[in-house]
Amino acid sequence: MLQFDFDIILKTLPYLLREGMVFTLTLTALAAFGGLVLGTLLALMRLSTIPGLALFATGYVNLMRSLPLVLVIFWFYFLVPYIGQAILRTERPVEVGAFASALITFTLFEAAYFSEIMRAGIQSVPKGQLSAGYALGLTYRQVMSYVVVPQALRNMLPVILTQTIVLFQDTSLVYVISITDFLGAASKVAQRDGRLIEMYLFAALVYFLISFLASLLVKRLQARTAIIR
Amino acid sequence: MSNAAGPMIEMAAVSKWYSPQFQVLKDCTTSVAKGEVVVVCGPSGSGKSTLIKCVNALEPFQAGTIRVDGINLSDPGTDLPKLRARIGMVFQHFELFPHLRITENLCLAQEKVLGRSRDEAMAKGKALLDRVGLSEHAGKFPGQLSGGQQQRVAIARALAMDPIAMLFDEPTSALDPEMITEVLDVMVELAREGMTMMVVTHEMGFARKVAHRVIFMDRGEIIEDRNKEEFFGSPRSDRAQLFLSKILAH
Ligand SMILES: Nc1ncnc2c1ncn2[C@@H]1O[C@H](COP(=O)(O)OP(=O)(O)O)[C@@H](O)[C@H]1O
Ligand SMILES: [Mg+2]
Repeated sequence: MLQFDFDIILKTLPYLLREGMVFTLTLTALAAFGGLVLGTLLALMRLSTIPGLALFATGYVNLMRSLPLVLVIFWFYFLVPYIGQAILRTERPVEVGAFASALITFTLFEAAYFSEIMRAGIQSVPKGQLSAGYALGLTYRQVMSYVVVPQALRNMLPVILTQTIVLFQDTSLVYVISITDFLGAASKVAQRDGRLIEMYLFAALVYFLISFLASLLVKRLQARTAIIR
Repeated sequence: MSNAAGPMIEMAAVSKWYSPQFQVLKDCTTSVAKGEVVVVCGPSGSGKSTLIKCVNALEPFQAGTIRVDGINLSDPGTDLPKLRARIGMVFQHFELFPHLRITENLCLAQEKVLGRSRDEAMAKGKALLDRVGLSEHAGKFPGQLSGGQQQRVAIARALAMDPIAMLFDEPTSALDPEMITEVLDVMVELAREGMTMMVVTHEMGFARKVAHRVIFMDRGEIIEDRNKEEFFGSPRSDRAQLFLSKILAH
């Protein structure tokens, strides 16, 4: 008969949180922010009338969206040092570090998804709003920064946060480059003490609870921030 | 580069195509003198909105010239955003920025375009809000105001830029009937103060009261361009007569 020992969770909780959850949340927050900024720029490029820019952005988004995330993480980890070497012309591959590598990868990857969200958001702003901005003497840049993008962000906030919840779950893929995130930390304990069922059950529960509570929060926010029209 | 004697808005043989097959403006020539109020009317789809959007270069055109205060819009050296900042525009659907409070709507371009300080912009905005009778709504969002109130804020927002001329594109046609008067009153007052105005509207009462000239458009052409008295007295074209009889009937 199986013997469960749930005490192991209580005993290792400080480690799981300090080592694992802090990393997971930091990576999620930074990659979401970076991805949103980069994604917005990509969306603007895609909607621009300059053909080269639009083509580049479209190509980038399609490429990222057709690759498995695990593969991108993996490749990035091994390639970035050599790319750095080529750019900086150093003698040996540049040491990037697992965290920086993961952050760059997730930012670049999420940017492709956020750019699609922001593109829809930007297009959801009525054309008359742009005309009104231009008529007041605002430049293209100002119309985008003060009129269009803020409204696009607001319109898309629920989708953006939902995508961030997906990102939160996806960060567990960093195990392929041996980073200890929350799942990684739980996994280590599980292997060391032979408590696989308890630890993986606990990890699942934590991911579920955080994601579920976050999506409840999104629903609430959605009701509060909807633009009054 | 301001010209004291010439007209404020001058259009010469302006033509515009939306596609090679579809010419939306055909050889439009007219002018608006300083302090003059010109009403533009005509059937839906005749090109009225397109015509006044060309005046502040919101729409490009392919042939002819437009000068505003002596500045040629097609001149490659013309700073279009700067020129637009000097021409106020009011839209059919108000186009207040829904994510900004009324005060922020009034201050945004003053600060970002004219470089006014927040205090300066706020003082100007508050004064204009008071003028259109909406002081107590300063902290609200556009969506919390009625259509008529939103349109009055939109007029105040345009006036905050100290424009040399104002363009109106059917400012009352999206409004419930009981709100039309409050907007027209503001416009009448503006006209009486000597503002140069080009107004697309079917409100013939407004035209009779303050317009100096009336332009009638049909299928992209300026069919009539005459003094108000002449226009309402005896419009020459059959099309204008038909149009007038239709809109005056209800
Ligand atoms: N962006 C556009 N592309 C193609 N056709 C347009 C566009 N905007 C307006 N039109 C067409 O041009 C004509 C004139 O439009 P508009 O100037 O809005 O007329 P009005 O304001 O007199 O009702 C209409 O037939 C309209 O369908
Ligand atoms: Mg129109």
